[in-house]
Order: sequence, then C-alpha cells, then structure tokens
Amino acid sequence: MSDKIFRVNMTTLTTCVEEVPANWAGHGGRGLTSTIVTAEVPPTCHPLGPNNKLIIAPGLLSGTPAANSGRLSFGGKSPLTGTIKESNAGGTAAQLMARCGCKALILEGRPAGNTWYSLAVSPKGVTINVETELIGKGNFEVVSTVTGRIAKKHALISIGQTGEMRMAAANISVKDSEGHLRSAGRGGLGAVMGSKRVKFITIDPQDGKVAIADPEKFKAANKIFTKALTSHPISQGLGQYGTNVLVNIINEAGGLPTKNFTAGQFAGHDKISGETMYDRIMERGGKPKHGCHPGCVIQCSQIYNDLKGQYKTSGFEYESIWAMGADCCVDNLDHIAEADSLMDDLGLDSIETSVAMGVAMEGGLLEFGDGEGILRILKEEVAKGTGLGRIIGGGAGLVGKTFGVARVPVVKNQAIPAYDPRAIKGIGITYATSTMGADHTMGYAIATNILKVGGSVDPLAKEGQVELSRNLQIATAAIDSTGMCLFIAFAALDDATCLPALIDLINARFGINLTGDDVVNLGKYILKTERAFNEAAGFTRTDDRLPEFFEYEPLAPHNMVWDFTGEEIDSFWDF
Amino acid sequence: MKITVRLFAFFREGRFIEEQLEYPDRTTVAGVINDLGIDINAVGVTMISSRHCPLDAELRDGDQLGIFPMIGGG
Repeated sequence: MSDKIFRVNMTTLTTCVEEVPANWAGHGGRGLTSTIVTAEVPPTCHPLGPNNKLIIAPGLLSGTPAANSGRLSFGGKSPLTGTIKESNAGGTAAQLMARCGCKALILEGRPAGNTWYSLAVSPKGVTINVETELIGKGNFEVVSTVTGRIAKKHALISIGQTGEMRMAAANISVKDSEGHLRSAGRGGLGAVMGSKRVKFITIDPQDGKVAIADPEKFKAANKIFTKALTSHPISQGLGQYGTNVLVNIINEAGGLPTKNFTAGQFAGHDKISGETMYDRIMERGGKPKHGCHPGCVIQCSQIYNDLKGQYKTSGFEYESIWAMGADCCVDNLDHIAEADSLMDDLGLDSIETSVAMGVAMEGGLLEFGDGEGILRILKEEVAKGTGLGRIIGGGAGLVGKTFGVARVPVVKNQAIPAYDPRAIKGIGITYATSTMGADHTMGYAIATNILKVGGSVDPLAKEGQVELSRNLQIATAAIDSTGMCLFIAFAALDDATCLPALIDLINARFGINLTGDDVVNLGKYILKTERAFNEAAGFTRTDDRLPEFFEYEPLAPHNMVWDFTGEEIDSFWDF
Repeated sequence: MKITVRLFAFFREGRFIEEQLEYPDRTTVAGVINDLGIDINAVGVTMISSRHCPLDAELRDGDQLGIFPMIGGG
C-alpha cells in the first residue's frame, strides 16, 4: 500500500487520511517529524497550547525485515527546552505503524473539556475513543489493561501520570514484544501528548504489509548489513553487558559526572557497573540479552530481576544508572533498578528526573547517596503530583531555580547526560550545539574521544572536536531518519560495508538511487531545518553555550575546565 | 616496579578485577597484556592513570594501568 499521512484534530475530534506532500515523500523518522513541525507548528507557540503538534513517524525502513529498523520518532515543540524536539524509541509501534501505511501521525489541536481519549490506528485510519478507566494510572496498568481489551497483536504508545500532569520531564512509552516499555525519553513530549488529552494510542496493522520495490536487492543488502552489525566486537559486548558497560570506562577516563557534576570519578563505580549488573542478572535468573524491538541483532537490553528473582526492570541503561547512581552518589543497584521501574511506570525521562534529583540533593532536599529517599520522593511526591513532585518532574533547571542552586547541568534547560564535557570535550560541543538541548545521542563524540571507534581524538584537547561533533551530528540526523537504532553507528564507523548496505536497503525499499552524498545532504538539511525553527522561536548563538560553572570549576582527576570560546563553538554551524 | 592493573568486561573472567603486580623496568603496556594471556587483538582501550596510552607505552613505578576490550554503549 502507499504511505499516507494520518491526521487527528483533537479540537474538533475529527480524523482524516491525506496524501503525502511531494516534499515530505523522501523523509522518515526524525527528518519527517522535523520537516512537519517546521511546516506546521508556529515556532513561538506555547508547547502545551493548541498550536503545538505531536508528530509520530516510523523510519524509512521500519516495518521491513531490515535489521534494527524498529525505532519510532516523536516530534514537536518541547515544553522542557522550547526548541524543536525529536526523541525516538524502540518497541513494536514503528513496525506496526509502517504496516498500517502510516508515514506519520499528526496529532493537533486540544479538546475544550476535561474528557480524556485514546486513539486506535489501523490501515483504514484513526478512530478517537473516550477513555475513563485508565486515567490517573501508570504505564504498567495501561499495558496490562489494554492488552486484556485487545486480544490480537497490537502496538501501544502511552503516557503515565506525569504526562497527564504535563510535567516537562514526562516521556512517551512504547510497548515492546514482551509487554515491557521502551521510552522516547527526552524533552517532555509526554506532556504534549497529555496536553491533547490522549492517554494512549493502539496500532493494529490488520493484514497490512510494507511494500518493497526490489525484494532481491533488499534481501542481499540486509544480509551484508546484518553481518556488519553482528560481527562488530562492540555489538557483542553490548549483548553481554548492555550499555552499562560504560560506567567503568568513563569512570577510568575521569569523565563520569559524580555528585551533581563536582567530580569525574565515583568511588562506588564498580557496584553499579555493567560487569556487576551482568553477574547479578545471571545470579537472579534474569536475561542479559534482550532486544527492544523485533529484528534487533545487537540486543543491548536486558531483564533485571529483584532479590527474589522476580522481574524488576528492563532496558536498564547506562544513562539511567549513571544518573541515579554516580550523579546522586547511590551505589545500590537495586535502589537504582527500583527507581528505573517507578520512572517507567510514571512515564518520566530517567536522565532528566535523576539529574534533577542530583540538583535537589545539592539544594538540601536529600543527602547524596540516599537511594531510599529518592524512591520515597518518586512515590509520594512525583506520582501524586504534589508541589515538590511537580518541581522534580519539571526537570533539573526548574529544581535549580527552586532550590537556589548555581551548579545546574543543563543546556537549553535540558539535563546534561552521563559524560562530563570538561574531561570529554567533544561531547561538550554536541551538548552546546545540538538543536535539542543537551543530548549525547545527537553526536556521540564518546566513540572517538574515549572508545576509539572511528578514529581517535584526545578527549582533553580542543583540536578536532568541533569538526568531529559536526560530522557525527550530520550522520546521526540521517540515521535517525531511517528507523535504525543509533548503535548501528559503531559498525558503520569501522566497517566499510555497513553504510553502503544501509543505503542499498533504502534504495531497494523505495526503488530509488540515493548516494552517500545524498545521505550527508539529508543530515545537513535536517540540522539546518531544526536550527531555523529554534531561531524563529527566539534562540540565538548565545544559547549554544554550556553552563558557566564548567568554566570556573576544574574537574578532578584531570583538573580541566571547559575552555571553548563562543566563536569556536559557533564555527560548528559553518557548513 | 609495582603496577596496579585493572581489568574490565570479559578480561576479568578467570583473572582478576584489580591487582598490584611486579614487573621489570621498561615493561610496556603490550608486555603486561601478553603476560596476562589477553589476546592483544581484542584490546580496545588502554589507559595509564586515566589517560589513553599506546600499546608500546613504557610503564613507570606506581602507574595504574586499565585494560579494556572494544566496548561501546551510550
């Protein structure tokens, strides 16, 4: 079937299916969400008002048998940053949406009353239904109840209580094959979905299939692509230790932000490391390997059980473990797992919320290391939407203002993730210049600065970092359009067969002839389109800066400060 | 000379997490890797006292050497 745009107007409670405009046809995933946001959302609108839109788009290869192609992009204007936002997640929704022939779902308007709704997507279009039973409930109950209501295979996208309460750290969750959750974490798009009073979206592809223009060519390219992924040693390590394998190497390099970014190494690092987590998963009968979507051949996710051997959490990521661990000085992996589970259920970005906790600890709310205190605040304050809970759920920047803290690690009001930019300078350029606010996934300079994948750049030196971040951000924007998991990049950086095979997959899917240059130009177009939106929303080059404390507080053990000039940072955009 | 060696990921299996070992002067990073029976082709990153170092770097008394396989995440 040919792809269509599915549009839902929540003001009039009407839906329609539209042809894809010619200039959207070559886009998918992030490229498409950012194109639609730029075309249809007034940059100065209030993110929670009727003029913002939530765009949901599978990648160009989602719904096909291409390995690792099940990422779903969510876009809109962010209530956290005020910038354009794209955040993507695994789960089964991208693949089933593509099989519905839905190139993008545009959710616009805002209902006048207090009624909540759910949406049901099928190849025929979208229906809007009133929802009462699940309002005020967490994501886990949404999954179990909706799975009980719909007997057949379906995908599910939902928000927790924090999305309903429109907290700026609220995420959007996607059900995976086993009924656990994956999240489009960053930037508060759960609050945008909540502002439109949509609690959840189900997707039933019926007998829909994704058409492939040249199936033989596709199959051949997929074989090469899959081999490049599975044979790369980093893919193999990800399968054993998950992303949390990074705790020890980032700590060893002196770049693990600790105690609200006051040190670069954490004494309890090995208690929360990937190695320790692996041993514990094996002892408790969990699963070290687990894919977030069908077709994933890397399997960086895992099933982490509690002391009694019962399921506690999955998709237990380095970023979440660092944030609740080293940044808050919590060295008890079970407390971190419990917090991870609570944040999944409440629908909170585990980076934003945990960094907010670290800032609150500095502000005196709790002692650093008080894991039980964090759990209590999540359960008794955030879940109930008390004043304090809403401040924590409003993100690190809001917590810093509320508690009078000067050391607030945010860029464009989004929390800085798990790599200190004083000790790993390349990632600082990405934090500063990303169109999304601080976000490591936008240009993962850690690969080259620390992991020595795709070359080697000294993490403590400025040389080469701007160019590195630029090249990575351009490539990432293109990859984010394909529906591919970003972890294909490790193979793509090292294995010459990987990227050509990916381009062949796109060409075989659509019967076109993209070249490597076309893909680079796509990445550049996406970054420039997003930046134009931000400029029209009022952002200037002075917003492309790291917090001031990085310039005057040296970070142990290297005792380095952030020393890029504004002009050096701005040269990022010279392309 | 005394070198503190720290191993990570699967390099720990059948070996150790951290040990202080005695080596002759001018031992290189590669020398330690070979001495520990680690496949040098599987080594991704080596650091002396939190700084990346080449395999032919000579160690000095009191150095802390970290040896990692190729790993990634993010």
